[in-house]
Amino acid sequence: MRSGKPKLATIWLDGCSGCHMSFLDMDERLLDLADRVELVYGCLVDTKEFPEGVDITLVEGAVSTEDDLRKIRQVRQRTRTLVSLGDCAVTSNVPGMRNPFGPRPALDRAYLENATSRQQVPTEVVPALLAESLPVHAWVPVDVFITGCPPSADRILEVVLGLLDGRVAEAAKVSRFG
Amino acid sequence: MSEVRTLVIDGKDVAATSDQTVLSAAEENGIHIPTLCHLEGLSDVGACRLCVVEVEGSPKLLAACATRVEEGMKVTTSSERLVAYRRNIVELFFVERNHICAVCVANNHCQLQDQARDLQLTHFELPPLHPELTVDATHERFVLDQNRCILCTRCVRVCDEIEGAHTWDIQGRGANARLVCDLGTPWGSSTTCTSCGKCVQVCPTGALFEKGRTVAEAKSRRPYLPYLVKAKRQGS
Amino acid sequence: MSTDGPDGSAPVRHGRQPEPLIPDGPARASANVCQAAGCLSMGSDQLFETLRAAVLARGLHDVAVRRVGCLGLCAAGPLVEVPEQGRLFERVHPGEPKRTEDLVSSLAGETVAGRSVAADPFFSHQVKVVLERCGTVDPERLEDYVATGGYEGLSKALTSMTPEEVIAEVVRSGLRGRGGAGYPTGLMWRTVAKAEAPEGKYVVCNADEGDPGAFMDRSVLESCPQQVLEGMAIAGYAVGAHRGYVYVRAEYPLAVKRLSSAIRQAERDGHLGPEIAGTRFNFQVEVRIGAGAFVCGEETALIASIQGGRGTPKPRPPYPASSGLWGCPTLINNVETFANIPSVISRGGDWLNTIGTERSKGTKVFALTGAVTNTGLIEVPMGLTLRQIVFEIGGGLAEGRKFKAVQTGGPSGGCIPESLLDMAVDYETLAAAGSIMGSGGMIVMDDRTCMVDVAKFFMDFCREESCGKCLPCRVGTEEMYRLLDRVTTGMATRSHLAQLEDLAAMVRATSLCGLGQGAPNPVFSTLRYFRGEYLAHIDDHVCQAGVCPVPAGPPAGATEAALAGTATVSSGGRP
Repeated sequence: MRSGKPKLATIWLDGCSGCHMSFLDMDERLLDLADRVELVYGCLVDTKEFPEGVDITLVEGAVSTEDDLRKIRQVRQRTRTLVSLGDCAVTSNVPGMRNPFGPRPALDRAYLENATSRQQVPTEVVPALLAESLPVHAWVPVDVFITGCPPSADRILEVVLGLLDGRVAEAAKVSRFG
Repeated sequence: MSEVRTLVIDGKDVAATSDQTVLSAAEENGIHIPTLCHLEGLSDVGACRLCVVEVEGSPKLLAACATRVEEGMKVTTSSERLVAYRRNIVELFFVERNHICAVCVANNHCQLQDQARDLQLTHFELPPLHPELTVDATHERFVLDQNRCILCTRCVRVCDEIEGAHTWDIQGRGANARLVCDLGTPWGSSTTCTSCGKCVQVCPTGALFEKGRTVAEAKSRRPYLPYLVKAKRQGS
Repeated sequence: MSTDGPDGSAPVRHGRQPEPLIPDGPARASANVCQAAGCLSMGSDQLFETLRAAVLARGLHDVAVRRVGCLGLCAAGPLVEVPEQGRLFERVHPGEPKRTEDLVSSLAGETVAGRSVAADPFFSHQVKVVLERCGTVDPERLEDYVATGGYEGLSKALTSMTPEEVIAEVVRSGLRGRGGAGYPTGLMWRTVAKAEAPEGKYVVCNADEGDPGAFMDRSVLESCPQQVLEGMAIAGYAVGAHRGYVYVRAEYPLAVKRLSSAIRQAERDGHLGPEIAGTRFNFQVEVRIGAGAFVCGEETALIASIQGGRGTPKPRPPYPASSGLWGCPTLINNVETFANIPSVISRGGDWLNTIGTERSKGTKVFALTGAVTNTGLIEVPMGLTLRQIVFEIGGGLAEGRKFKAVQTGGPSGGCIPESLLDMAVDYETLAAAGSIMGSGGMIVMDDRTCMVDVAKFFMDFCREESCGKCLPCRVGTEEMYRLLDRVTTGMATRSHLAQLEDLAAMVRATSLCGLGQGAPNPVFSTLRYFRGEYLAHIDDHVCQAGVCPVPAGPPAGATEAALAGTATVSSGGRP
């Protein structure tokens, strides 16, 4: 917050964390990136409240629950450039596979059919599922899309560095689903 | 009897024979036109519309795969408008059914996925239709996953035109159109299927695939078709 | 001549319908009872029998009671016309004896009742070429057709004209295809005539009329099938074909029955079959019945269907004129086009050419429906204004409502607003107004109609009827329908509207056949003239016509779901 470096945040909605793992796969290049940005929020930062005035936020995962929706709305308000990171954020991908039959059968499968004890669908703490699991841009405007499941570390770095250097249009050239 | 025709494709003078399509004339001259339902060796149906081109004097766009060359034709294969339409087309394919590359057997060797990459699609703006579709795994060697089917009818044509079995066809119409085995029987109980596997080889996506193979092994062998066509012609 | 007993009490004999009453000499009065589908549905078959019995019972030996085809004013059926008195009797329901009694006493010359035909603008503005015999001849009696000059055109063509002279006459008439596209008929005939055909040629009559609200072709086939057959035989002679097919939809069983009966009778009397009119020309016609797909009205899909395949279109070229049925050159015209031909030949092409506008010659049959007083079947000269059609022939809007739009051309057509009502109707003006002539459906809408809802209705039709072969039509119509549904339910933003417009342009440009290419037209035309209604739904959540279920208040999440798809907040997962 004290430095004048661009503020970077990451957030994880309905995804498998693979995109974050891929981010970490930048390995030693993370150190170079750290020189250029200030990481203000994300799994690697012990900040409870999403801060104001973030320059770039990478969103992993689809919007599947009421909690996801609340988060992404807040993130959008507080972020200048919102980046959908990976196929779940971009297309709803695997979380979206429940859409044809709706949330109830998915809950039954997880908490009743596959549970070995205390078979019950939770009503407390766990946020309620939305009727459909949708891409981030179905709810809030998204500025940049990074496809891939997960996107490679190279691709993520390429896009983030591009954004820092003001080259937004480059993102499409490295697009590939799956 | 074929005669020579001269035409212009993307500003390039091109010679072709009268039985050639615009697509084949273009490809012969190193001009790439994207396709999905077309496959060398099968008849053309002009269904996916990816190969639509502009022909001077024609108010309508024409499918390059299904349009014969004509003398003096002036063809444009990749105007800004055409590229925009092709991006729309690929987007519509993706939103039509649950094409989830990450968990698809054809991941990294899917022609629909390739088209999205070539056309630099980064996301889809239209709402997905998400129909609830079935998977038919009753055949002992192969699987049909309707969720991945783009209704290109390559399988229908290869089965009819090359294998001669005509096990596959399309039933229903519009958004309810489905690939169907015989008269709607499970693939495993088909009385016409010869289990030759040609349909699996020509499928551009992961709709038809072989059981028991990993994603990396499941690669189809599409270019083998011209040899089969030739062999069939010589054999008859 | 009736063969019935004097009491007239045996109307049904072994499944056969009772014979009409036709006096030996000239009839003093005739009761022409409409037997087309509209009036039949209101019991006009029973009415015929009742009338017949009443006339026999009263011993009116010089009164005829006949079955005829469509009398036009379908809104007021069951209809009976008494041509000698120039009177039309409306709503002669068989269950209301008073109506029948009035009619019979009028036939007996005791009173004069009914609507005067001559002075009525519904009739006086019409010019009948195609419908010349609709409502005057018995659709199932070849002798009626022949007695009114039927098969004179065919006989003239075969005995005194060369095929090229026949084509020249059609060219001279300026006739254009009445199926909708308006392609010059003579030119198409010449193309087929010139095509090389080692394995023969075919003539196909497209009677797969499927536009919502359209019943022109059905009425012609139900009212005077012989005229269509004569047109087809002339076409066969002109282009060198010896076989013809009528492709008619299964939903028209009465048309199929009368057409089949007409073919049998024409063959019996040598108007079809071998050695027609004593010449060496032979021509056979078969009926093919569709299986209920709108797309089969598209000519390549129609051909596939006749051949016994799945009715899906193919890319053109090649056009059917060079490669059609079984790969042979095939002439495809619609019912109304063929019904024009006998007059063109017997009276000459110049005669038809005097009717109509500069570029659209002759007449056009319209099925006038919707919120208009006189719904029914009409035939008007090209160039009449929409205002004349709606307000004079149509008698204005029913219940004194306010006019809003008139839809022409079916699902590929468009909606024309009040400001364009003085437009002279022909192919070019309708196209310039963003609609099409189409096959002749004309739906009048009043101020209780929501134009977004109309666009949604037609899109629903197109997505149902899309054959699914090509992607833009299969998925594009479904997506456009969902976007329109968002507008009508107050879930849309302006960016959805932009999406809709982009998608409509793409589907129009890239679809394989006319169904997909035309499907966006109702969207385009309603946006062109009624964009304000779309915006009222989107911005203000108001459906001015009060049709759409837009919830009050601003749309939930409308500002943020800028690119939103199906996003809806719903905690569907909460047990």
